[in-house]
Amino acid sequence: MTTASSDTVLDEVTDSAPREAPPTTAAGGEARRERWVAIGYLLPALVVFGLFVFWPLAKSILLSVQGTDILGNPSGFVGGAHYTRLFGDPDFLQVLWVTFAFTILTVIPSIAIALLIALLLQSRIRGVRFFRTAFALPFAFSVATASVIFGVLFNPASGVLNGILSHLGVDKVQWLTNPDLALWSVSGATVWMQIGYNLLVLSAGLGALPEDVLEAARLDGASGLRLQRSIIMPLLTPQLFFLVVVGTIHSLQSFGQIKILTVGGPEDRTTTLVYSIYEQAFANNNSNYGYASAQAMVLLVIVLIITALQFGVLERKVFYR
Amino acid sequence: MKSRKFGNVGTYLILGVLFLIVLFPVYYGLVGSFMGERDTNSFPPALWPKNGLHPENYSNALGIIPLGNQYLTSVLQTLAITLGQLITSALAAYAFVFLNLRWRAFWFGVFLSTMMIPFESIIIPNYLLISQWGLKDTIAGLALPFLATGFGTFLLRQSFLSFPMELRDAARVDGAGHFRFLFSILLPLSRPSLAALGIWSALSAWNMYFWPLLATEDPRHQTIQIGISQLQTSDSDSPGMVLAGVMLALFPTLLLVIFGQRFIVRGLTAGAVK
Repeated sequence: MTTASSDTVLDEVTDSAPREAPPTTAAGGEARRERWVAIGYLLPALVVFGLFVFWPLAKSILLSVQGTDILGNPSGFVGGAHYTRLFGDPDFLQVLWVTFAFTILTVIPSIAIALLIALLLQSRIRGVRFFRTAFALPFAFSVATASVIFGVLFNPASGVLNGILSHLGVDKVQWLTNPDLALWSVSGATVWMQIGYNLLVLSAGLGALPEDVLEAARLDGASGLRLQRSIIMPLLTPQLFFLVVVGTIHSLQSFGQIKILTVGGPEDRTTTLVYSIYEQAFANNNSNYGYASAQAMVLLVIVLIITALQFGVLERKVFYR
Repeated sequence: MKSRKFGNVGTYLILGVLFLIVLFPVYYGLVGSFMGERDTNSFPPALWPKNGLHPENYSNALGIIPLGNQYLTSVLQTLAITLGQLITSALAAYAFVFLNLRWRAFWFGVFLSTMMIPFESIIIPNYLLISQWGLKDTIAGLALPFLATGFGTFLLRQSFLSFPMELRDAARVDGAGHFRFLFSILLPLSRPSLAALGIWSALSAWNMYFWPLLATEDPRHQTIQIGISQLQTSDSDSPGMVLAGVMLALFPTLLLVIFGQRFIVRGLTAGAVK
């Protein structure tokens, strides 16, 4: 879950209104020198971004309008051919549908479950500290460690899930090889991977709720569900909104659980956009870099649109104090 | 009072059920890593070790693939990325907060934009670049693309912004240059934020999957994450050993999450909450 990319998405919300230090009022020559010093301090990061973010971005765009020969080398300009192929390709339309379904199946349940746990942990009962630490543990799992454990649990012949179901008289379920079920199973594992992070964000949000407002509401006789629905939930909307955006972007980028649990199958029913990019470019020495890059650009545009929605339209409707 | 007590019982009940479900994979990962094949491969499988403990799962896991090498690779990769991010972020954040930077808004936008571009969408050219430079199967190849982050820069910038200007002016009057002020005054006083960034960097570096899968081929140079995912496919007949590998890979991040939660939350709120 905590891939480098989850960092990347973590802080789309970093201050939209930067509070800058006032420019120093030094004499002309020194000020000019300081400008170069300042660039020098930015330089290490800029070099990394230039080489590994901006140059690859330009290269991706270039690759997406070029053909690829059998060795994976660009073989001349093809214009928008890859893009027209993409949107006429029923396989790719299925990829988009699977990606969409996977996102819905992971984002909403993982937020709902984390919210339920976070609210329960608000109550003043004994042992809350223990529960808090325990529920945060899934956060330590990487996509690989979690997927391997779920792979063992999902094993149809000797896995614990089928073992438990057998006590209820249910026949062995093909969790990962039944075409109608595989996406649900992978989504279930992904929901589990997301709960820890969502819980941390929501708990931090709940912990920062203004005590005076809660106290005033309690004095007015609000309690239990009423307090939660009318006071706590509206105050929590920034965190919920943040989680929807971050979770969506994160789900769109999911790869490891699919590679480890289903390799995109059965019948490509778990092939998401990123897995499809991997398959076209890297699996079986395909080296189909041109076509894969066009898919990568689709991913980029989708993520940019979601980010723009977050910054522009929706943020205004969220309740901020 | 009566309804309150009943409410508590209800709370415990729901929490308990959720606890069992959410923590079950953690429990089974740990307990299963000590179970023998008689327990794991029978049906229905045992939920606890009925036929003795099998700590040899761990030595088997270490033996079947070069897990020791892979552990070292993961450690070095994580150290390189964490240190790299701390340094580049501290320098850049310093320029944003304390230096007379020209086109500040433009550079701000550049750093911000790096956070909106999903790495998966630019992973192909990165792979081609690292291969072209002959850096596959090296620590450099694993770490280079991640040595700077917009997230880290903004996290430290946030903390630098609250640094008292009087202290900074006093340091300058005393003749401390930018470099000295940054490293001997500002950074030591920003330790909590550095710890938050360090933990986030380390967690994400250690847990990385897609990039190390591409950047390495030789099993001896792969990271532990890739190693354990291949344990599963290479030997699905002994889940105990596979789970032992998982526990080994999990150990460092488990410690970070249990003992560093305070700092993790700090990093979280630096990004998430207004």
